[in-house]
Amino acid sequence: MHESAFQIFINALLANNFVLAMFLGLCPFLGVSGKLDTAFPMGVATTFVMLVASLCAYGLNLLLSAFHLEFLRLISYIVIIASAVQLVEMVLKKYSPKLFRALGIYLPLITTNCAVLGVALFQTAREYDFAQSVTFSVGGGAGFTLALVLMASVRERLTLSNVPDLAQGTALSLILAGILSLSFMGFAGLGG
Amino acid sequence: MNSSTAVTWDEFMEGVWRQNPVFVMVLGMCPTLAVTVSVVNALSMGVSTMLVLIASCGLVSMMRNITPKEVRIAVYIVIIATFVTVVDYAIQAISLTLYDALGAFIQLIVVNCIILGRAEAHAAKNPPLPAMINAAGMGVGFTIGLLALGTVREILGAGTLFGAALFGAQFQPWVIMVLPPGGFFVLGAWLLLFSWIARRKLRKQRGAPLEATQNA
Amino acid sequence: MTKNDNPPGPLSTKGGDNGSAAGAASGFVAGPALGRPGGGAASAKAEDGARVIPIAVVQPAVVSPTSPTAAMIRTLGLVSAICGLIIVGAYQGTYDAVAANKRIATERAVFKVIPAAQSIAEYVALPGGGIAPRVGAGDTAPGGVKFFAAYDAGGKLAGIAAEGGAKGYADTVRIMFGYSPDCQCVVGIGVVAMRETPGIGDKIITDKNFLANFNALDVKLKADLSALANEVKAVKHGAKINPWQIDAIAGATITSRAVGKAINDSAQVLLPRLVPNLDKLRSKS
Repeated sequence: MHESAFQIFINALLANNFVLAMFLGLCPFLGVSGKLDTAFPMGVATTFVMLVASLCAYGLNLLLSAFHLEFLRLISYIVIIASAVQLVEMVLKKYSPKLFRALGIYLPLITTNCAVLGVALFQTAREYDFAQSVTFSVGGGAGFTLALVLMASVRERLTLSNVPDLAQGTALSLILAGILSLSFMGFAGLGG
Repeated sequence: MNSSTAVTWDEFMEGVWRQNPVFVMVLGMCPTLAVTVSVVNALSMGVSTMLVLIASCGLVSMMRNITPKEVRIAVYIVIIATFVTVVDYAIQAISLTLYDALGAFIQLIVVNCIILGRAEAHAAKNPPLPAMINAAGMGVGFTIGLLALGTVREILGAGTLFGAALFGAQFQPWVIMVLPPGGFFVLGAWLLLFSWIARRKLRKQRGAPLEATQNA
Repeated sequence: MTKNDNPPGPLSTKGGDNGSAAGAASGFVAGPALGRPGGGAASAKAEDGARVIPIAVVQPAVVSPTSPTAAMIRTLGLVSAICGLIIVGAYQGTYDAVAANKRIATERAVFKVIPAAQSIAEYVALPGGGIAPRVGAGDTAPGGVKFFAAYDAGGKLAGIAAEGGAKGYADTVRIMFGYSPDCQCVVGIGVVAMRETPGIGDKIITDKNFLANFNALDVKLKADLSALANEVKAVKHGAKINPWQIDAIAGATITSRAVGKAINDSAQVLLPRLVPNLDKLRSKS
């Protein structure tokens, strides 16, 4: 069975949105979605790391399969993701100190973002080829950014409204996320 | 002897109640919401996470004196990934049905913030026994959180408990509860309930003044 | 021991490694020389001082660049060795059980779509036509299609089972279907994996009228055996007129269509390769 690049992209972006349908990357989703200014750079940084991780995981999987070392897959993926994050951090620091300062504290956090490891694991499980893997990771990252930006926009608006004291904080974020997730369900069946 | 028992009991209860990872610290959300469509899934996920947590914290604690702080995160991640791989194979050996139901979320235990957080905040500073007891407490707390979600979602969303039908044939399941939005809603509702209880307790202790400040 | 709480330098935690007579001697000199207030106390209690004042205090520039690196490498090496052992142990220890579980799961799925089956054999339909037994758990050759030949109690071919997948409403619907060479039709389906909406899409497992489509779904080949004579397709509920059409479930058309497409796509590739070789499979080898 062959999925077209468009199908994979649309599915990862909307119908099977990483955050709102697959529950991946919820920690940053709930943690960094307070302000639009931080939400967008965080989304972009995560997308970039997802792309790098996806490329590394693709190469690594070829290597591990060639030597029949599948049982080392998980441990090598996580190590390579951690290294990729470090690498991105160093490259950014050298070539774009401004961006580095803007993202500074969020970058290391990306290592423990399940969306990144999720991309690597799902593309392996679904046996995507190289182009499919790249499309999948970019689509997933774009979906993550979209969810983060939507959530941040809603939360910025909410600071102006009168929310019951009891529901402030995480409970409110979760119920908002539920409503967003409900609306994203409408995208199901798209790209079929 | 008496005081040492009290201390370890306290270590254990910290994770179960006061610092409950799901309801108080709101950590490890991804598996919490993703796999809790049924009680069985919630229980297996909770137990798997707990085993990884105890084993990793034990090993991290044993290695704490020879781990330079520059590479500690790398060491923790490698240790955690090891035990997750072990649990992954163990579940495959026990039941493939369960393995398919939990899907990728078994392997995603690696990036569960609870484990890395415990390794860094507790196990790296304490001897193996207290570290493992503390980890067990956290694991039990996490499992309780998952069960709280799984029970509500299975009863409302499928009308069953442990797979056995609870209601008659005319029961129309509230399907949205086993779909992604239901996860968010149920956890939100639980958090509301807990903050309401906490609020009531506080009000009882302090009496009227709090109410006055709230309304102001 | 009280000195340990007020370490003279950042490397004092490594004092345990370096504790020796030399340490005592150098500490004795270094303390006063560096003007540390604790120096006098160390010399007064020489035995204590021997254990807590490290060489590193005297030669920080020489020791610090190499020592942490060595410690890092040693620790990482140790951790990797331990973890490697644990993983390999777990893999070896569970290998048989996992393999047995997988075999049972496959058998159960095949037996469900071909009820008469008692045992199975795995085959691959090769890209250039022809079939070959599949050995080991390795990956199938590129372009090869995996299928199972199912045999009844007497060792006679009971049917062929193969997997197929197509995009459903939420995600890919993966099914297994049973093919009977005698009637050249699909005789049963089972769902391998899906994430369709509970209560709507998952009716493809439970809906009796829908499953009745697969009592004898026509998948005859054209006379030249190049493709199916008629494309298998799901049609709107109640619109089925031909034996190669699938009557969709009302309200779950997309999922029903995915099942039809999965069977069609898989059969279009598999059957032209399989049918000319059926005689090789007639009896269990």
